[in-house]
Amino acid sequence: MPDAKDDFKVETWNSKPAKGSAGKTGLWRTFRPVINHEKCTRCEICVLFCPEPCIELDQEDKSHKKGKIIIDYDYCKGCGICANECPQHCIDMIKETEFLKDEEKEDK
Amino acid sequence: MVTTKEILRLPEPILAGHAACAGCSSSLGLRYALKALGEDVIMSVPACCTSVWQGPYPKSSISVPVLNIAFAAAASAASGISGALQAKGNKDTTVLAWAGDGGSVDIGLAAISGAAERNDNMIYVCYSNESYSNTGVQKSGATPPGARTTTTPLGRVGSPKDISLIMWTHNLPYVATACTSYPRDFITKLQKAQTMDGFKFIYLLAPCCVGWKFPAEKTIEIGKLAVESGAHILWEAVNGDIKLSNLSKKYEDPAKRKPLAEYLKDQGRYKGIGEDMIKAYQTYIDHQWSIITSLAKISQ
Repeated sequence: MPDAKDDFKVETWNSKPAKGSAGKTGLWRTFRPVINHEKCTRCEICVLFCPEPCIELDQEDKSHKKGKIIIDYDYCKGCGICANECPQHCIDMIKETEFLKDEEKEDK
Repeated sequence: MVTTKEILRLPEPILAGHAACAGCSSSLGLRYALKALGEDVIMSVPACCTSVWQGPYPKSSISVPVLNIAFAAAASAASGISGALQAKGNKDTTVLAWAGDGGSVDIGLAAISGAAERNDNMIYVCYSNESYSNTGVQKSGATPPGARTTTTPLGRVGSPKDISLIMWTHNLPYVATACTSYPRDFITKLQKAQTMDGFKFIYLLAPCCVGWKFPAEKTIEIGKLAVESGAHILWEAVNGDIKLSNLSKKYEDPAKRKPLAEYLKDQGRYKGIGEDMIKAYQTYIDHQWSIITSLAKISQ
């Protein structure tokens, strides 16, 4: 006779770490942060305070000796903390509709 | 104290694309916490904002194992995890209980008190947005006087519970307060707590743009104003000896503090709240300062 405990099976559903657990959260954005790379000193305050976090320093980029700050627009929710905390005030929050107009022009 | 550059070079523990609101400081706080504690961490999370924003199955935005548990049970579950690790002879893994103010100050208070009394080996962080934010901003035990929530539409009457002082009376190896706007201070405190054995408690103020009704980009600014106006006091207590943190030391003199009105100005939850309630909040802050400074004097 089979033992009852052999029939007893515990199944668990475990989530695995992955980007975009809530989808492409960049779609939530109303204002897009745009960096003025000429004014930017690469102090990385925006990287430090990004709650997503979707800003990082690309050290491979050759345009500056320290690299280049990259924002991942796929996931940036446009909260604006980076623009508010930037000591150089070199991040502008621009309405997403402005970019829509550009895209429409490109389509034509 | 760790430097900003050191924090930035630590591996990124939170994955982008989670379900937190734009400008959420609880995701920011957990990002700093896991940067500080490293990759060998097991978390216990009760019902709170974090259990929502970590994302639905099958994806998780947190790169360490998380046990989502009932509202009152964050500390008890963490006790169990820490006991199991002890039984297996594992001394390296850190157990982090990460709970909101509702799950710590109101619903989970008995469980934390029990775990603290047993001195179970864990770090308990209560991140406080001063309300039940993810269910629609109801009043919690940590809501400050005068604040408007959906259950206190005319402003909160009475005084909040100070959970950090309640925990201090448990005679713990480490108790501290921190704020998400000062990551260096928070990470230094966590790393200090990680080196100690027993129950370590940290109260983290996490300004909530949705609950407090301020623009999302001001999350960091509001947290800094909370400290500069004296509304949130940063201190730490090693083996019960309370010491003001350097960031709060200069605000011991009331003349150096920024006016409370400046802190409340951008917060929609204080819009139209009567003078008498704001005065009650100021009285509460002054009272807190007199307690902390006199306890710091005794500890010297």
